[in-house]
Amino acid sequence: MTDLVTTPPETTPAVVETLPFSRALNAGLRRAMAEDDHVVLMGEDIGRLGGVFRVTEGLQAEFGERRVLDSPLAESGLVGTAIGLAMAGFRPVVEIQFDGFVFPAFDQITTQLAKLTNRHEGALSMPVVIRIPYGGHIGAVEHHQESPEAYFAHTPGLRVVSPSTPNDAYWMIQDAITSADPVIFLEPKAKYWQKGEVDTSARALPLHASRLVRRGTDVTLVGHGAMVTTLLQAAALAEQEGTSCEVVDLRSLSPVDYGPILDSVRRTGRMVYVQEAQGFASLGSEVAATVMERAFYALEAPVLRVSGFDTPFPPAKLEGVYLPDPDRILEAVDRALAY
Amino acid sequence: MIQTDDSVGAEDPRLVRILAADGTVTPSAAAEPYLALIEGLGDAELEQFYRDMVVIRAFDRQATNLQRQGQLALWPPSLGQEAAQVGSARAARPQDHLFPSYREHVVCTIRGVDPIDIIRVMRGLSHGGWDPTDPKNGNTHIYTLVLGSQTLHATGFAMGLAFDGRSGGGDPERDEAVIVYYGDGASSQGDVHEAMVFAASYQTPEVFFLQNNHWAISVPVSTQARAPLFRRGEGYGMPSVQVDGNDVLASYAVSRVALDEARAGLGPRAIEAITYRMGAHTTSDDPTKYRTSAEEESWARRDPIARMRAFLEGRGASAAFFAEVDAAAQAVADDTRERTNALGSVPASLMFDHVYTEPHPLIDEQKAWLAAYEASFEEEAR
Repeated sequence: MTDLVTTPPETTPAVVETLPFSRALNAGLRRAMAEDDHVVLMGEDIGRLGGVFRVTEGLQAEFGERRVLDSPLAESGLVGTAIGLAMAGFRPVVEIQFDGFVFPAFDQITTQLAKLTNRHEGALSMPVVIRIPYGGHIGAVEHHQESPEAYFAHTPGLRVVSPSTPNDAYWMIQDAITSADPVIFLEPKAKYWQKGEVDTSARALPLHASRLVRRGTDVTLVGHGAMVTTLLQAAALAEQEGTSCEVVDLRSLSPVDYGPILDSVRRTGRMVYVQEAQGFASLGSEVAATVMERAFYALEAPVLRVSGFDTPFPPAKLEGVYLPDPDRILEAVDRALAY
Repeated sequence: MIQTDDSVGAEDPRLVRILAADGTVTPSAAAEPYLALIEGLGDAELEQFYRDMVVIRAFDRQATNLQRQGQLALWPPSLGQEAAQVGSARAARPQDHLFPSYREHVVCTIRGVDPIDIIRVMRGLSHGGWDPTDPKNGNTHIYTLVLGSQTLHATGFAMGLAFDGRSGGGDPERDEAVIVYYGDGASSQGDVHEAMVFAASYQTPEVFFLQNNHWAISVPVSTQARAPLFRRGEGYGMPSVQVDGNDVLASYAVSRVALDEARAGLGPRAIEAITYRMGAHTTSDDPTKYRTSAEEESWARRDPIARMRAFLEGRGASAAFFAEVDAAAQAVADDTRERTNALGSVPASLMFDHVYTEPHPLIDEQKAWLAAYEASFEEEAR
């Protein structure tokens, strides 16, 4: 079995439930709403329906229509009014229905939300969370499987995170809501139904920490979101072939916590970044460049990237070709080892 | 070639006007419901409207001159739009929240913003200029340069007022309302339309105040709309009025009523103020390339200040009053010049200080790097 690195809470006794990722998010949202009556959820179909992925199911019934808004169908309007609500003392959590639908709000996110604290020279904070289900693996039509994280990570003023486990989903959504800064919260939709243990007694890591999730000695694999599962699968296959892979879950895409990554690369000397997004000007590009700047003499091989191709996300019947899978990751591992 | 339609930006039969261009009280039919409100105003209030317009026009002219002399990067003149801005800003109550676009120098000054803070933005010293949460600024939000974006922020803010029970409580001295400014160009932006959808859905305590100054840089309002713009508000279910925006009394009256209705919980309102941008779009613009001097002269004859002055003279205001206002205007202009010339620079660290509210390692690292880099030159120079 894989050697999973866990961080047990030290003081509080663990209260562990097994929940699917989407229910863990739901529980995290519920707790945040119970703790602060100015946390409001906004989005299309999130009230009565509970959202197209049911992440907000039951919350409108519990907290009322003024806390869970079934908003008009207008993404720029959603984010723009969330900004105004934040100015009035609220902590809005906006649900964008699918990754490809965020772009009507792109101006309000990048030009307004991201810059307002700076424009106000610190007089105003912008505690707004934008939840975006993202990524492939669900066989959906166009605009429903994209990975737009680089646009947001490139934007000063935004924080960008992506949980990959139910426990992270539960804690990171709460930490995103209490953050004084705007947070783009990317939910890997392929993970919504995956179950995992959630310790509701204490968070294991701060919001912006990356995490070593598997120990290994030969190659460091780094990725985020749904790719973390694929990395673990690839690592298990590699082990059968005698290659020991270490795996790091980025968790926070902006800022990036380089500590665990550099620590790992200094031990393995080799690194592969894996992401669903297009590789050109991507998170993987940024992390690769930084690792080469900071750990050059530790490297035995160039940092390699395995990404979606630099094409639009293809029709669903081709998503298995487009999305990195364990075989493509192992091909890159072999290339790294060949140096 | 897009055919122009002169009915857009022209007067609708429902236009609210109280003062004719010559300053005589000649109410339009639509002005009748507002007359009692205006009759209730005393000399001090009427004279204040005039003083506001004259003093802030002097500031605006001085700022334009300062740009011409290389002291400012840019200046968007408010020249000609004083009545619409004075009327609406004086109609707002102290507890109200104002969201300007970027030409509302009159509005901001009336609410307490130090005009030198607007200068600081246009001189390249600050993106925001002032702190809207500081009580001295009268709940006046900072300028928004991307057209129409602020209409959504205002709407969200007004939703918050409603959700928190800060409006609709039945007490006009306590209930809060929002007024948001935008123009005929911005009226085409999707954000303005989405703001009206949200405002109508959530019945926000909010007034959409459109200054139709006839020109979006070089594009006439007839390219933005083929029907009078105030009717758009009606399409979203908002009671909407068109007002002569060069008539400060009418502008005050319609704004006062709309704000009080909005604060009472009756839902959002829209106002289209017909006015004219007598100056350039900004100091980078050249209006002679797209409009005629005949048009400009026709609007000069409808100047909001001349109209109010004639009205006050008709009521017996003294020559001493007008001389005193002119002296106050000159003093503000002189003060603006002096304080602009005295503005210093800003430290490079400013750009790092407020990117985030909470600490951020990348920003901290770059700030430290720049400080060390700059210090290295000082060491070399020794």
